[in-house]
Amino acid sequence: MTSAIAALWLREIRTFVRDRARVAGAVVQPLFIWALLGVGFSAAFRLPGADQSPGYVAFLFPGVIALVVLFTAIFSTISVVEDRQTGVLHAALVAPQPRLALVLGVLSGGVTLAVVQAALVMLLAPLAGLSPTLLGAGAALLACVLTAIALTALGFVMAWRLDTTRGFHAVMNLVLMPLWILSGGFFPIDGAPTVLRWLMLANPVTYGVAAIRLGLGEAAGAPVGLPAALGVLAVFAALLLAWAVQTVRRPLYA
Amino acid sequence: MTSPLALDVQGLRHTYRGTDRPALDGVSLAVAPGERVALLGPNGGGKTTLFRCVTTLLRPDAGAVTVFGFGTTAEPAAVRQRLGVVFQTVALDGVLTVRENLSTHAALSGLSGAEARTRVAEALEAVGLVDRADARVKSLSGGLARRADLARVLLHRPPLLLLDEPTVGLDPTARRELWDALDALRDSGTAQLVATHLLDEAEACDRVTILDRGRVVADGTPDALTSSLGSDALWLDSLDAEALAARLAARGLDARAVGRRVLVVADDPAALLPDLYASDGVAGATVRRPTLDDVFAARTGGISLSPALR
Repeated sequence: MTSAIAALWLREIRTFVRDRARVAGAVVQPLFIWALLGVGFSAAFRLPGADQSPGYVAFLFPGVIALVVLFTAIFSTISVVEDRQTGVLHAALVAPQPRLALVLGVLSGGVTLAVVQAALVMLLAPLAGLSPTLLGAGAALLACVLTAIALTALGFVMAWRLDTTRGFHAVMNLVLMPLWILSGGFFPIDGAPTVLRWLMLANPVTYGVAAIRLGLGEAAGAPVGLPAALGVLAVFAALLLAWAVQTVRRPLYA
Repeated sequence: MTSPLALDVQGLRHTYRGTDRPALDGVSLAVAPGERVALLGPNGGGKTTLFRCVTTLLRPDAGAVTVFGFGTTAEPAAVRQRLGVVFQTVALDGVLTVRENLSTHAALSGLSGAEARTRVAEALEAVGLVDRADARVKSLSGGLARRADLARVLLHRPPLLLLDEPTVGLDPTARRELWDALDALRDSGTAQLVATHLLDEAEACDRVTILDRGRVVADGTPDALTSSLGSDALWLDSLDAEALAARLAARGLDARAVGRRVLVVADDPAALLPDLYASDGVAGATVRRPTLDDVFAARTGGISLSPALR
């Protein structure tokens, strides 16, 4: 089964790399958002309780990394919807290897793409005025991996239930935007109204952003410590992964 | 003990959730090892549902499907190991090369390393695509892409192939080449169940099963099916085929409207002609040896496979 997983992983990477529009969109869009929002809000933005603002450009940077992970991870699973239309999904399902290989192959491909791109963006940390330690950067990267597992699994579960890429885009935009806006990457969790704060604490991406933030040494505004953030992320990742594995066992037709 | 059938379908029934009409209503059919069976039927006749049940993608409400003795619900993995499935669309990635696609699928078939490479080379050889192995699939013509897709299902050497209208959209030359490949596979003992709308393809099969509204309405060799309509079939041209068919049926004749024509099945239809010409509304008549299309029209309640007769 490992060779089937590896083959599906390689397929995800190859189809991504050969689609230049996807490569450009996945990296450039979050950087645009960083540049535009970061510069636009920097004058108005003050962290609550902080005399000295870290600057919105620095505050937003971990959120932008999370956004790269979010976009790439979730939209990588659109391949499942496309494969259903072309028949590649059916071909994979009637092939002798178990369906578990399909989930793990697709997810590992999406996680790889998301983490590699997040790592590339992370190299820009000095531009944001951040100088993380090697260990801190490693922790941030681990947070990216766990977030990517959680979100590719979520995307897979949705993709399995949807017939059209149009439907997938609609549902994912509905899910993606709140996940990011309520992650503590865009505005800090402290000082948010109570209802919003509860929503933010229930959002797995919040812990991803917090861990990336703490790893990169941009500590202001993180709701929990680094080990706690990574722990919660790991639990979210495990639960969503289990959901994806369970989903693929559902019959394609009924 | 006799060896198990390549495919044995017994009393298959299925109704999709949210629908009233059963998609399959007690279907039984069989494919012997090495045999090629055509599955004919109008759209909505149940072919796709039958394929989904056989390929383990759908669990039927009732009935049983076995592939070389393995049940699709009890042992789906053993069934898939023995099955190669060609869908209506080419199930390959356009941006990947033929070889890359086949390597992916070899891994999905449980092959790895040198064995996988050997099988990919064999499959490319079998469909005559060795020289295009490193071309991206989207750069191939429809016929070549179809053959690449056929190579995909040969990697694990399945003894039974299911083909769902494998030549849709192909020009005559490409169709011929695909069938040459299928002929070679049958000669080497690979059983085949081919869903098709094309009569010459059905005639190239050992047996023909006609599926209509979820039931098997005819099953036999092409010769047996055509001779079941007698030695000759009579086609009448009419301005109002429905009315003419009703009048003839009232006189005790086996007559049915097929599009704008009426098919009369009788032992000696030519003898009926003088009498029929006297009837109102008969504008012309043709007597010829029955074809599979006539069988199809007679058994499926007046639908013709051939567009010219619709």
